[in-house]
Amino acid sequence: MSSFLLEIVTPERKAYAQDVNMIIVKGSEGELGILPNHIPMVTPLKIAPVTIKKDRSEEVIAVNGGFLEIRKDKVVILAESAELPGDIDVARAEAAKQRAEQRLNGKRDEYDQVRAELALQRALNRIVVAGR
Amino acid sequence: MAKGMREIKRSIKSKQNTKQITKAMEMVASAKLKRAQDAAVASRPYTEKIKEVVASIASGGGTIKHPMLQTREIKRTAYLVVTSDRGLAGGYNANVLRKVWTEIQEKHKSSAEYDVFVIGRKGRDYFKRRGVALAGEVTGLSDTPKFADIKSVAAAAVKGFEEGKYDELNLVYNQFYNAMTQVPVVKQLLPLDQSEFTGAKASYEYEPSPEKVLDVLLPKYAETVIYSSVLEGKASEFGARMTAMGNATKNATKMIAGLTLTYNRARQAAITQEIAEIVGGANAQA
Repeated sequence: MSSFLLEIVTPERKAYAQDVNMIIVKGSEGELGILPNHIPMVTPLKIAPVTIKKDRSEEVIAVNGGFLEIRKDKVVILAESAELPGDIDVARAEAAKQRAEQRLNGKRDEYDQVRAELALQRALNRIVVAGR
Repeated sequence: MAKGMREIKRSIKSKQNTKQITKAMEMVASAKLKRAQDAAVASRPYTEKIKEVVASIASGGGTIKHPMLQTREIKRTAYLVVTSDRGLAGGYNANVLRKVWTEIQEKHKSSAEYDVFVIGRKGRDYFKRRGVALAGEVTGLSDTPKFADIKSVAAAAVKGFEEGKYDELNLVYNQFYNAMTQVPVVKQLLPLDQSEFTGAKASYEYEPSPEKVLDVLLPKYAETVIYSSVLEGKASEFGARMTAMGNATKNATKMIAGLTLTYNRARQAAITQEIAEIVGGANAQA
């Protein structure tokens, strides 16, 4: 099976660098499945799990605030944070989810709402990935 | 004489204690310096990558028009100052704060013309003492700061520029050269310098459009630059502390040597005197 190099880079470290067969991401315009020899492309990503298919196994990574760069030789995901299921603190994510929901229910100004919504998305993303 | 000796002895003891502390601090700082340097290096690929993509958009689409790249008339300036939480780091904080303060005094007539964001307790206290209201602050950073730790203050500063609250955003921090040398610099972060984005050329498809991608990328880039300057500031802090504590240890050693000499002289003088007294007494009896 043909494969390509996937790198996930965060400001703190290189979170992932392996040969994979396919990745599925949620771009700003919708879901994308990327196979080897994809045309070079750049797109922002939504806060969502990234599915990585490798040989016959599947991995999921919680990616937040990233974008995707596809080059001829490799695919790079740049993200503010990227966590493997094992790295996720579920209790913390649950707490963050509740906090965000509370904030969304209370009436505050618009900026707070946006922030709470983003926090909620991040928390849900982590919970979903950890649950797999 | 005996009393003088006791005092010298006490003074030696206290210098020895101080020396132990400074020596330990030096060693801790040098261990942390290594880690801070590694962190600074680890953050580089991310910044480089964003730069590369922005550069390729810039070179592909001719001129790019984005508010973050445009120079406006400067009515209000924001400063983001990176300092440490703790002192005993030589001139680390003093240098960077003096730099930003002279800059502010020179450029602005009233406090309405500038805003200050600050990272680190030392910087916060400095500006509070001078009655400068802070637009944002972060204190209590760990020795290896996470991106999330400074994200709020970085995003606030960048957003202020985007909304037109500021027409310029300057970053003030200690640039790290090596453990001995750290130089405070004022670096203009926003508007971004177009000439930085040259070189790498690759043609991409952009989804949804090059402009939309830039909208996401440029603020991210600015935040990342802030993050890497914080990491560099940390490395500088430990470098400065290591050097300062190394000097303190050396000075303590020198003082102890001097005092030991005085102590021994005094001791000898006391013994000589005692012998003279005994001999004198024996002679008188004979």
